[in-house]
Amino acid sequence: MAGALVLAACGGDGSANSTAAPAETSTTAQNQSTVNGTVTVYTGRHYGIEPVFEAFTAATGIKVRFTTGSDPQLRERLKAEGKNTPADVLMTADAGSLALAAADGLLASLDSPTLTAVIPEALRDPDGRWFALSRRARVIMVSDRVAEADQPTTYAGVGDPAWKGRICLRPATHPYTQSLVASLIKGEGTQRAEEIVSSWVANEPTYIDSDTKILEAIAAGECDLGITNSYYLGRLISDKGSFPVRLVWPEQADGQRGVHVNISGVAVTANAANPAAAQALIEWLATDGQQQFADVNNEFPANESVSPNKILQTWGSFRVDPVWVGEFGRLQAEAVMLLDRAGYQ
Amino acid sequence: MTPALELVGLEVPIAGTMVVCGVDLAVEPGELLALVGPSGCGKSTLLRAVAGLLRQSAGTVRLNGVVVDDLPPEQRRVGLVFQDHALFPHLTVAANIAFGLAGRSRREKRDRVAELLDLVRLPDSGARYPHELSGGEQQRIALARALAPSPSVVLLDEPFASLDTALREELHAEVVEVLGNAKATAVLVTHDRDEALSLGHRVAVMQQGRIEQVGEPAVVFHQPASRFVASFLGPASFLPVWADSDHWCTALGPVEIEGRDPSSPDLVAGDLTIMLRPHDMRVEVGDDAVVVARRFVATGFTYDVRLRSGELVQAEGGHSVTVGVGERCTVRLVASRHLVAFG
Amino acid sequence: MTLKLEVDQASNSTGPWRSESTGEGRRGFLPAAILAAFVVTPVVVVLSSILSPSTDVWAHLWATRLPTMLASTATLVIAVGLGSLILGTSLAWLVTAYAFPFRRVIGWLLVLPLAIPGYVLGFVWLDTIDFAGPIQTAWRGQFGRGAWFPQVRSLWVGAIVLTLTLYPYVYLLARAAFREQSAAALDVARTLGCSRWQAFRRVALPMARPSLTAGVALVAMETLTDIGTVRLFNIQTVADGVFRVWYGLANRQAATELAALLVALAVIVVVAERRYRGRARFTQQGGRTRTVEPVRLTGVRAAVALAACGGVMVVAFGWPVVRLIGWALEAQRTDRMATMAGNFTFHAGNTLRLAVFATLACLAIGVTLAVLVRRSGRRSTAAAARAATIGYAVPGPVVAVGVIVILAAIDRSELLPGDVLLAGSLVGLVYALAVRFLAVGYQSVEASLGKVSPSMTASARTLGAGPWRVAAAVELPLARAGLVVAAALVTIDVMKELPITLLLRPFGFDTLSVWVWQMTTESLWVEASVPALAIVAVGVLPVVVLVAALERVGKVQL
Repeated sequence: MAGALVLAACGGDGSANSTAAPAETSTTAQNQSTVNGTVTVYTGRHYGIEPVFEAFTAATGIKVRFTTGSDPQLRERLKAEGKNTPADVLMTADAGSLALAAADGLLASLDSPTLTAVIPEALRDPDGRWFALSRRARVIMVSDRVAEADQPTTYAGVGDPAWKGRICLRPATHPYTQSLVASLIKGEGTQRAEEIVSSWVANEPTYIDSDTKILEAIAAGECDLGITNSYYLGRLISDKGSFPVRLVWPEQADGQRGVHVNISGVAVTANAANPAAAQALIEWLATDGQQQFADVNNEFPANESVSPNKILQTWGSFRVDPVWVGEFGRLQAEAVMLLDRAGYQ
Repeated sequence: MTPALELVGLEVPIAGTMVVCGVDLAVEPGELLALVGPSGCGKSTLLRAVAGLLRQSAGTVRLNGVVVDDLPPEQRRVGLVFQDHALFPHLTVAANIAFGLAGRSRREKRDRVAELLDLVRLPDSGARYPHELSGGEQQRIALARALAPSPSVVLLDEPFASLDTALREELHAEVVEVLGNAKATAVLVTHDRDEALSLGHRVAVMQQGRIEQVGEPAVVFHQPASRFVASFLGPASFLPVWADSDHWCTALGPVEIEGRDPSSPDLVAGDLTIMLRPHDMRVEVGDDAVVVARRFVATGFTYDVRLRSGELVQAEGGHSVTVGVGERCTVRLVASRHLVAFG
Repeated sequence: MTLKLEVDQASNSTGPWRSESTGEGRRGFLPAAILAAFVVTPVVVVLSSILSPSTDVWAHLWATRLPTMLASTATLVIAVGLGSLILGTSLAWLVTAYAFPFRRVIGWLLVLPLAIPGYVLGFVWLDTIDFAGPIQTAWRGQFGRGAWFPQVRSLWVGAIVLTLTLYPYVYLLARAAFREQSAAALDVARTLGCSRWQAFRRVALPMARPSLTAGVALVAMETLTDIGTVRLFNIQTVADGVFRVWYGLANRQAATELAALLVALAVIVVVAERRYRGRARFTQQGGRTRTVEPVRLTGVRAAVALAACGGVMVVAFGWPVVRLIGWALEAQRTDRMATMAGNFTFHAGNTLRLAVFATLACLAIGVTLAVLVRRSGRRSTAAAARAATIGYAVPGPVVAVGVIVILAAIDRSELLPGDVLLAGSLVGLVYALAVRFLAVGYQSVEASLGKVSPSMTASARTLGAGPWRVAAAVELPLARAGLVVAAALVTIDVMKELPITLLLRPFGFDTLSVWVWQMTTESLWVEASVPALAIVAVGVLPVVVLVAALERVGKVQL
């Protein structure tokens, strides 16, 4: 069931989405704007966020003030500020961060039929504490020099000895890697996950702490394949017109889990001063603002009735790992320890 | 008259060791007391305690009769002049001198500064900076600065030590004159015995935290209270003396000793030594002693002579009598006064 | 630790005037202790977590990364320490003992790399020597596609980058030391049969040992707590480990325990420095002795000297600035000057404001402590003051956490009126920066104050000035070079600082370093170039002030 929903969401099939549903929710939002004033946002996702907030203010009259930081730092600050926090909304670039924040009691439960209607179950907290706004896939990027027949089709395939010395990976310190490994643990079990990660390590990867640089390295020939988020390739292509790297959706065959997908998400803080405005912002971002929010970063909208942008559409459809994204937070520590044990840098 | 400075039983420790061990001293108003002693004897520590920069562990300090033990340095009204003059380089000469005059009006300060600059004979240097002055001028300004607030006592800690000889002698005279004109009471600390003897109205000799003797220069020089004072204040030779019926005898002949009766029965022979200064003996041509060393000085020669009886004495000779090293001579006693003996 | 200006000068006077104490030891200690406590509390709060250690985390670490972290940290510290020692000392000697064209200007220029944050130098050079960068591309063009080139993301390259940003500390201290050395000592060495090189090695170098040791200790401290540069080069140090545990394992408790280990390492460095420095007293009083007369270099030798200095300048400063300018121009051309929350003057203004406040705070606390220590003359007061500087040995984010915990506790207890909140206020941020950088402010002031001879203070006291007037009217004006140096160093450090600013900054108070961070986390190097350049440009000013102040120190006669 979840799979079908997800399939429908992946655009390209031209699901006759849009108009009705968004219009409905936007009226709801308008009706709720007896709320006004300012909503304060702590956001770990800061690229291109300003124009989105400006659009929100233009649509609703509610002002947005925001401060940036990295997800863990913002969490730390929220924890310390406690009741006195000025933050109404927490926005993150990673599912794990939201789950951890919820576990720390920093988020408020939101009862919003709007949100539960448009955001799939796998992409939100069952208690309504957080909601995804956009999705990004962590995929295998392959150099154009590699023949299609040779390319790996699974995450485990990256560990094939044929790729020894030819892969580029993101270090264990980044949440993207941690969440990917967490999804492996959930999907394949700890032991198998550890085997997979160890096989990556055995291939002597070049560790580069930047997805963009990994793609550039692949293009230059430093490695032949790597694992990055989809949108970085999107950005490079829109900047340069073309790029000698192609995207491979892993785990697509029958019986395989589907691509690992992480989210940018949002939540209302437990001690928000203006929860009504916060809710309005979140609902707007999930509906009227969905397109803009997802597009500006070449991500896939979480709201399945909104279609992704053109470049994403050219990449075709793909099956997504249906695991509840909250698992990434729950399993983060375990993933990190697994990475430590495997000797992954 | 109340002493300007009085120390009673002063004991000052530094890091656990007693550096000043029970000092009694009184300095009369207008007097210049020279405090002299070898390095490490505690003289500078004594000054610091008087200034209030160090706490004593026992004893009292009185300034003009008032006990000042509990007063911090800035309230004691004691002036200090250092070897390195310690003028504030970031202030002009006038500002330096006026530093201790806080609380007076600008006119008062100006007048007092001018007065002092006249006193030290540097009337036009007010606007200059310390580093623009010569060493001697700097010391004079330092003195002027110390005198500005009219302190009860001025303490000078080896103020001439860093100057060359010629300059030093020039400054000696000036400082004494300035202090005299200002009618200031002063304690001058020095390790140079000649300086102490020539400058002080009285001289106090210090050793290992104790004052061995205080008195006028002539007294301490000719009538030292101990062998240490004797040797410290000048070259001294010591000869054993024994009683020979009604007079005292030494290897150089009969002598008279102040206050001691040779026929008194409670003396033990060989216990006493007398002190002789070089000018009490003259070297002449003769046969009963050998010259061991000889130095040319402005006034003649100074000889180290080994007597037949074995003692080494220091004696003088004129330029006309030349006895070389290793040659034989005779030493004649010319002392014309009562000598001092030690037990 | 940290920059000691003209370390441990013997005072001008000897004997009982040597120490300044007026016997008010008791009264000096308490205020110093209170002030120190005020500054040390956040660190103590954070480090107290070691009282209940998380043994399972430690077991896991020990079995996996900890040995590597310890080995990497040790190697890195030694490599960077040695590197900056050799580079800084040789440059200092070159500029002091030899005369060649443009020597004076170069002498100043060699300090400029201080203005570049390590992570900026790192990402510019990484971009340049990376596989896809111009150098390797040309290399492959020349020697073929499979031609070997060393892995650039490695400990050694990272060590070189850190050396290039940190050598100015050793350079400055060494230069000051060499300039003060008496030429007479070196002349005597020559007459006793030493060649110039031997005189350098056996006389000049040992005489400069205290300064060199202090400089290397400072470099070691900066290397221990670095997190930006080591990440770029995939170096797993203990400081990096603190973040793996904190953010990765989401275990702040264990992370602070690891931070305590870092502090222990730092303490070892400090103890080693003091032990190695020994009781050596060096150089002379005043400015009256003849200093080293530089040997004139001509022709080839002058060219070599110039080339050496020029080479360092290009690598450490010239090329990065050129690259950044290139990116900035590109950003402007393609209209990619993305900014957050305000424009350029906004960010620059915040950076400057923060630098000014933090510098004032550090100086105020540092000066007060230094004066109290000088008054008291007791070792316990000096120890309290040194303890207050411990924040320098703790990585920025750890200090930030300690501060935010305390501030939040105060806010929760509602000691302050109305809606005054400390957490997330400028006051809180300045406090955290003071905790972190007090060492820089204190050490320079203390060293300069130490050069004021006790006879100066004693004279002022007997002239009727109470302890505070003496400090204000005599001691501090005489120590002003040290104050200027302290101010310049703190300003530079605060402008480059990132983690504390990021975590504790008031709402909307974004600085240039925050801006750089926002861009580099998204790999937007081109966009990051503008704020990075601004940091360097703004940082050049205090560097110039710093060098000018140090020049003046040589001339002030005490």
